[in-house]
Amino acid sequence: MAELLEVKSLTKRFGGLVAVNGISFFVREGEILSVIGPNGAGKSTLFKLIASFMRPSDGEVLLRGARISGLAPHIVARAGVVRTFQETTIFKGMSVRDNVIIAHHLRSRASLLGFYAGSKSARADESDFARSADEILDFLGLGAIASQLASTLPQGHLRALGIAIGLATNPTILLLDEPFAGMNHDETRRAVQLVRAVRERGVTILLVEHDMPAVMKISDRIVVLNFGEKIAEGTPSEIQENPRVIEAYLGSADESIGM
Amino acid sequence: MSSTASKLSALALFLVVAFLLVPWLIAVSGRSDLYYTLTSVALLSIASAGVWLTFFIGRINIGQGAYALLGGYVSAILVTVGGVSFWLSLPLAGLLCAGLSILIGLPILRLRGVYFAMVTLVLTEVARLAALAVPLTNGARGITDIPPPGPIRLFGVTLLPDFATLANPRQAFYFVAVTLMVLVFAGVYRLVHSRIGQLCLSLQQNEELASSIGVNIAELRIIAYAISSFLGGIGGAMFVAIAQSIYPSSFAVTDSVNFMLNCFLGGLGYVVGPVVGTFVLYFGWDFLFRTGAFQLLIYSMVLIALMVALPNGILSLFAPRRKES
Repeated sequence: MAELLEVKSLTKRFGGLVAVNGISFFVREGEILSVIGPNGAGKSTLFKLIASFMRPSDGEVLLRGARISGLAPHIVARAGVVRTFQETTIFKGMSVRDNVIIAHHLRSRASLLGFYAGSKSARADESDFARSADEILDFLGLGAIASQLASTLPQGHLRALGIAIGLATNPTILLLDEPFAGMNHDETRRAVQLVRAVRERGVTILLVEHDMPAVMKISDRIVVLNFGEKIAEGTPSEIQENPRVIEAYLGSADESIGM
Repeated sequence: MSSTASKLSALALFLVVAFLLVPWLIAVSGRSDLYYTLTSVALLSIASAGVWLTFFIGRINIGQGAYALLGGYVSAILVTVGGVSFWLSLPLAGLLCAGLSILIGLPILRLRGVYFAMVTLVLTEVARLAALAVPLTNGARGITDIPPPGPIRLFGVTLLPDFATLANPRQAFYFVAVTLMVLVFAGVYRLVHSRIGQLCLSLQQNEELASSIGVNIAELRIIAYAISSFLGGIGGAMFVAIAQSIYPSSFAVTDSVNFMLNCFLGGLGYVVGPVVGTFVLYFGWDFLFRTGAFQLLIYSMVLIALMVALPNGILSLFAPRRKES
């Protein structure tokens, strides 16, 4: 598998605090790579750096060899690197369907002026978006609630809607921020299947997660962070046996890394 | 389709009332002063439409008075000093306001919530002080004796007569103001109901998510703010043409606050909210004039009561909920 995304000695300092310290790894095309680590390990900061919501103090992020760090988030999204959010971040005042339709914005061929005037390509975009949105909603099992107001959804559906919004942008690589947080066993199982299905659509997945059993089940490879540094990288079984990882999780080691 | 039909018939009804019924009633009752009042409502609602648009992208704008004042001065100076036709100065005033708002908006639109609101509030005061200080605006004495709008001729055909020659210029101003208002609100309606409206809504609800799905949020904010300021500018310019004078105090902080209240009162979820809000506020204030010293007290209490009882505006009384997509 070819390298898709490369993180190169990425560093982020907040004053005296080094949140992310010289982290390097790469993501291969079509894989599911998880970033794990104890609280405060720098996972969320790393995520924001990759999606370019934050500028790195040092180092860079490359997509297919081209530098994307330092660009505006919407440009990075346009390049195919799209993030979902840790909290259930959606457009609350819109219907589920409108949430997904608006997320197709990246694919629009018409200009803003074209949309205002209702040009031919704008109308073509509208019908394409509507069709694709319905397809995505059905794929994620949200078809039945498409016309509901997004703010009225239960948590499991909100998470699925977050993924639907991400999918609608037609990403090359989707960054999922704790997709299993706060879910019970059953919900997690379904969400794991969902993420796998998304990968089957040809989307590479990079996820940050606390839920160890889910991570062990779903990941092709895992990167472990502790205090802003990468302490291990490898397949789930390699990670489970890595003494540095076990040490980082000491105290509740056995349970929390799913052994 | 039926909702489109009902909207078109509502528009038709409004046009009949505004262009036939109101002139007839005024002719019968002899209250031609109402023309001035209604013209004011139409023009103030145009400026309020701009504020409504900034609300639509999630920004509280208490600075529309600055652009109304600027638009008024630009038109007044172009007409009196430059000898430009008022009808040309009107779009020029709007465009200049839009241009300036882009420069001002670039830094301040990064602010959100109360911070943006505070900066815009200061803008109005800055505009007033600038009008006092700049030699071109003639300081506190203002610009007076501005000639009424001249004719519009196209290929030798007179589309609009010279206002100075009219027997009833008040009525003419009223027709022009209402026409302008209808055009402005039709334009804003189209904007809100096109994909741009959906993008603005995404901005209003979550800017981070909007940018993560590829929306150029900085550009969209600037566009909305520039349109808003354009509307403030032409509203102000039209007002000055009617008053035939402008002073640094013509549009003050109170006016900026009123523009915002008009939107609140009419309803932020409805494009025509500013029209309803301006109408009710303007007539409500006039109506309470007879209460003398209690005018402001009663007015404020009624406003507070209205906002508590109808947080989504007066129009929410008629439509239970904004229709979906």
